[in-house]
Amino acid sequence: MLNLLWLLLGGYGVGILLPLCLSGRPGLQQLTSNVAAIVGTSTGVILGLLGLTSSEPVTGSLASTIPLLTFAVRLDPLAAFFVLTISLVGLAASIYAIGYLQHFEGRTSTAAIGSLFNAFLLCMTFVVLADNAFFFLLAWELMSLLSYFLVVTEHEKAEVRYAGLFYLIMTHIGTAFIVVAFLIFFQGTWSFSFEAFRHPAQPLPEGMKTLVFLMALLGFGTKAGIIPLHVWLPYAHTVAPSHVSALMSGVMIKTAIYGLIRVYFDFFGGQFPWWWGFTVLLLGTTSALLGVMYALMEHDLKRLLAFHSVENIGIILMGLGAGMIFQAYGLRELAALGLLAGLYHTINHALFKALLFLGAGSLLYATHTRNMEEYGGLLRRMPWTGIFFLIGAMSISALPPTNGFVSEWLVFQTLFLSFQIPTVFLKLMLPIAAAILALTGVLALTCFAKAFGISFLAQPRSTHARHAEEVPVSMRMGMGILAALCVALGVAPIVVVPLLDQIVAPLAGISIASKVLAIDGWALAPVNVEFSSLSTPVLALLLVASAILGLGLAVVLGGRLTTRRSKSWGCGITLTPRMEYTATGFVQPIKRVFSTIYQPTVKLETEFLAESRYFSKRRHFEFHIEPIFEKYLYDPLVAFFGTLADRLKVIQAGSLHLYLTYMFVTLIALLLLAV
Amino acid sequence: MLHTIALIVTQTAVLLAFSPFLIGLIRKVKARLQLRRGASVLQPYADLAKLFHKQPVISTTTSWIFTATPYIVFASILTAGLLVPTFISQTPMNFAGNIIALVYLLALSTFFLMLAGLDAGSAFGGMGSSREAILASLTEPAMMLAIFAIALTNGSTNVSTIVHKTALLEGIVTDPSPHLMALAALFIVALAETGRVPVDNPATHLELTMIHEAMLLEYSGRYLALLEWAAGLKLAVFLSLIVNVFAPWGIATTVTPTAIGIGLLVYVVKTAALAVFIGVIECMFAKLRLFRVTDLLGVAFILALLGLLFFYILRS
Repeated sequence: MLNLLWLLLGGYGVGILLPLCLSGRPGLQQLTSNVAAIVGTSTGVILGLLGLTSSEPVTGSLASTIPLLTFAVRLDPLAAFFVLTISLVGLAASIYAIGYLQHFEGRTSTAAIGSLFNAFLLCMTFVVLADNAFFFLLAWELMSLLSYFLVVTEHEKAEVRYAGLFYLIMTHIGTAFIVVAFLIFFQGTWSFSFEAFRHPAQPLPEGMKTLVFLMALLGFGTKAGIIPLHVWLPYAHTVAPSHVSALMSGVMIKTAIYGLIRVYFDFFGGQFPWWWGFTVLLLGTTSALLGVMYALMEHDLKRLLAFHSVENIGIILMGLGAGMIFQAYGLRELAALGLLAGLYHTINHALFKALLFLGAGSLLYATHTRNMEEYGGLLRRMPWTGIFFLIGAMSISALPPTNGFVSEWLVFQTLFLSFQIPTVFLKLMLPIAAAILALTGVLALTCFAKAFGISFLAQPRSTHARHAEEVPVSMRMGMGILAALCVALGVAPIVVVPLLDQIVAPLAGISIASKVLAIDGWALAPVNVEFSSLSTPVLALLLVASAILGLGLAVVLGGRLTTRRSKSWGCGITLTPRMEYTATGFVQPIKRVFSTIYQPTVKLETEFLAESRYFSKRRHFEFHIEPIFEKYLYDPLVAFFGTLADRLKVIQAGSLHLYLTYMFVTLIALLLLAV
Repeated sequence: MLHTIALIVTQTAVLLAFSPFLIGLIRKVKARLQLRRGASVLQPYADLAKLFHKQPVISTTTSWIFTATPYIVFASILTAGLLVPTFISQTPMNFAGNIIALVYLLALSTFFLMLAGLDAGSAFGGMGSSREAILASLTEPAMMLAIFAIALTNGSTNVSTIVHKTALLEGIVTDPSPHLMALAALFIVALAETGRVPVDNPATHLELTMIHEAMLLEYSGRYLALLEWAAGLKLAVFLSLIVNVFAPWGIATTVTPTAIGIGLLVYVVKTAALAVFIGVIECMFAKLRLFRVTDLLGVAFILALLGLLFFYILRS
C-alpha cells in the first residue's frame, strides 16, 4: 500500500513540476497539470478504499535532519476516509479544470494554477495522513498558504486581494491555536509523534485537557468556518477559481473535522465531560442556522454557496457534538451513531458542495457574472449544467432520495435518541436542536429553490444569460461524476454504512453496522427497528412507481396528450424579464419575519416628476444586512490591535543602532535568565 | 408477499378515491354554513374528470421542470401517503420511512412546486413560491417537535408503529396533556400545510391572498388535474395522520377481511368528521394576513415544545 502512496506522490509531483517546465504553452501546461492530478487523485481513491477495508493501519516513516520532525504517515480508517473524500472531489475537480481553465488562459498563468492545484491536493492528503504533529503542522501550513495563492489567482482585483489577506490572517490565527494544543501534548510527552499523544506516559491534568479542547476547537473551528470564526470563508471561497472553491469548500474545511475527531476521539480516547459535546453541539446548531440564514440573503451565487458551507459544517458538528455527549454518558452505541452521522454528512457535503461550486463555475464560465439577478432561463441554454445543479440543490436541501437526506436523517435520529440521557436539561436541548435542524432544512430548501429557480428558470434576465452556451464536455463530466455519486450515496447506504463503521468502531469502541442496517441492509434503523427506520432504495422505487401511476392515470383519464404553447398570463400585457420575481423579492418575507437576526437597513429614494407626485421618475433601492459578527466582534478587535500597533511604533525609530542595542539588551537579559 | 402488494394497492386506491370526496365535503359544509346549497360533494370528481380531458396550455417561457412538476408532486405526496396508516394500523411500507421521511417527502413536493411557480416567469408564481417558503419554514419545526412529543410516549418515530401501539393500548400514559398539546400543534400545522383558512384560502384567486393557488396559476388541463388531486391527497394524508395517531380506535390491527372492512368504514367516518370540523373552522375564521400567520405557527411551535416539557416533567 505504501507503493500506492509513492505513486500518489509521483503523480502530484509531476503535476507540480512539469507545468512549470513547459513555459509559453498554456494549453499543454494546464493539460499536464490536470492529467497528473487525475492520476494522483485516482490513486488516492484506491488508497482510501484499501485503507477503509484493511484491518490494520498501515504506517511508514522517513527520518529527517530536523530534530523532532519525522515524515511519519499512518493510514488508519479515519485517515483513509478523508483521503478518499479529498481524492474523489479532487478527481472531479481535475477533470472539470481541463475545460474550466481555458477561461483563464491568457489572463493569468495556467502553469502556476496547475502547479499550485497539485501541491494543494498533495498537502491536504498529507494533513490527514500525517502521524507526527510537526509534519502535520507543516502540511497544514502549506495547505493554508497554497490555498491562499490559489485564492488570489485574480489578484488584479482589489476585492480578491482583500479576501486573500483576510483569509491569510484568519487561517494563521487558527494555526496558532492548533500549535498551542499540540505543544500542550508535547509538554506531557516530549515527543511530537501522534502515537505518544495517544498513549502519554502520564495523562494530562484536567485543566490542560480542557485547554487542549478549547484550543483545538478554536484552531480547527477557524478552518472549518464555525460561527463566529466563519467571517473569512464567504470572502475567500467566492473569489477563488471555481474548481479551487470546490476543493476548499468541499474538502479543505473538512480537514478541520478530521482534526477535531483525531484530537477528541483518538488522542483523548473519547474520555471527556459532557459539556465538551454540548459546546460542540451548540456551536454546530448556531452555525447551521445562521449559516443558512445569511446564505438566503446572498445573490452572489458563490457567496451563497460559501455560507451554506458554514451551515453544513454546523450539521456535521451537530452529529459529532451529540455523539460526544452520548460518549460522555457511556452510551456507546449512540455515540457511534452520532459519529457515523457526522462522517456520512462529511462526505455527502463534500460531494454536493463541490458539485454546486462546479455548477456555479460553469455559470460564471458561460455568463461571466456571479450575480444571480443576471441569470435566468439557463436551463434551456445549459441543460446538463442545469440538471447537475438541480441534483446538487436537492442533495443540499436534504430531499429524498439523495445523499444529503440520508445523513440529515441520521443526525435527526441521533438527536431524537436523546431521551436515553439521564439529565432533563440535555433531554430537552437535543430535541430543540432537532427542531432548529428542521428549520435549517427548510431554509436551505428555500435558498436553493431561489438559487435554482432564479438562475435556471423563467426568462433570461440579462444579455449574458440570453447568449449563454453549454460548457465543454470535461466540465460536464466533472459535474456528472459528483451528481452520480450524490444519488448513489443516497440510495445505497447499505454500502456506505459498513465502511463508515470501520472508522467509527475503533473510535467509539463499538461496531454498530449490524444494528444500523436492518432487513438485510434494505433499511436504516438506528439502534432499533422499532424506534425508526428508513429505506431510501424503497422510497426511490415508490417515488418512481407513483410517478408512473400519475402518468398512467393521466393517459387513461385524459387520452392522448396534445398541448398548446402560449404566453404566461400577465394581466393582458406581455411579460418581460423585468417583471419577474427577483431573488431579493423572493426572500423578502423571510427577511421580514427574521428581522431580529438580519437587522436589515432598507433605503428607498424616489424622485418624482415635477408635474405630479403621482409619477415617479427614478427610484433608488438599497438594502443591507447588518454583518453582526464583523461589526461587533472583529471591528473592535482590529481597532484594538491598530491602536496597540500605533503605541508600539515608538520603539521602532528606524535606526539600525537602536535595533542593535535592542538585540544586545535582549541577549544580556536572556543570559541573566539562564543563570 | 401477495398480502403486502394487495394492501399497498388498496391503500393507494383508498387514498386516490377518497381524497376528492374530502375536498367536496369541506366545500359542502362551508356552503351550508353560509346558507348556500353548494355543489354536490362529488363535484371534485367531475372537476378532475373534466380537467383531465382539457387540452393543457403551457407557457412558452417554461422549461421541462414545469411539466415534470405535477408528476413529481403527485408521486411524492402519494409516497408520503403510503407511510401513513389509513384503515390498517400496520402499513406494509412502514419500514420505508418514519415521520421525518414523511416530512421530507412533502418538502420534495414543496420544492418542485416552488420551482414551477417561478418557471412561468410571472410575478404571481414567484409571489406564491416566496410565501410558500416562509410558511413551510415555520410549520416544519413545529411539526417536528409535535411528532417527537408523540414519538416519546410510544417509543417510535414510525407513524404506523405509533398507531399500532396506541390502538392496542400499549404504552399509554395516564396523563394525556402532552398528547393534547401535540394534537393542537399538529392540527395548526395541518391547516397551514394543506392551505386552509386561516392560513391560505383554497377558494381564492385574488393576488393579495393566494399562496398555493398562485403557484398553480399557469397550470391547466391534466397538469392542473394532477396537482389538484395531489392537494387533495395531502389533505387526506394529514387528516389520516391526525385521526389515526390521536384516535386510532376501530382501525384494523390484523389482516382479516372483517377487521379491514370495519377499519375502512371507521376510517371514512373519522376522516369525514374531521373534514367537517375543518369546514366549520373555515367558516368561523377570517384568513390571517401573511405576517400574522407567523404568530399562529409560533403558537403551534410553543404548544409542541410544552408537550415535550410536560412529558419529561410528568415522567420525572
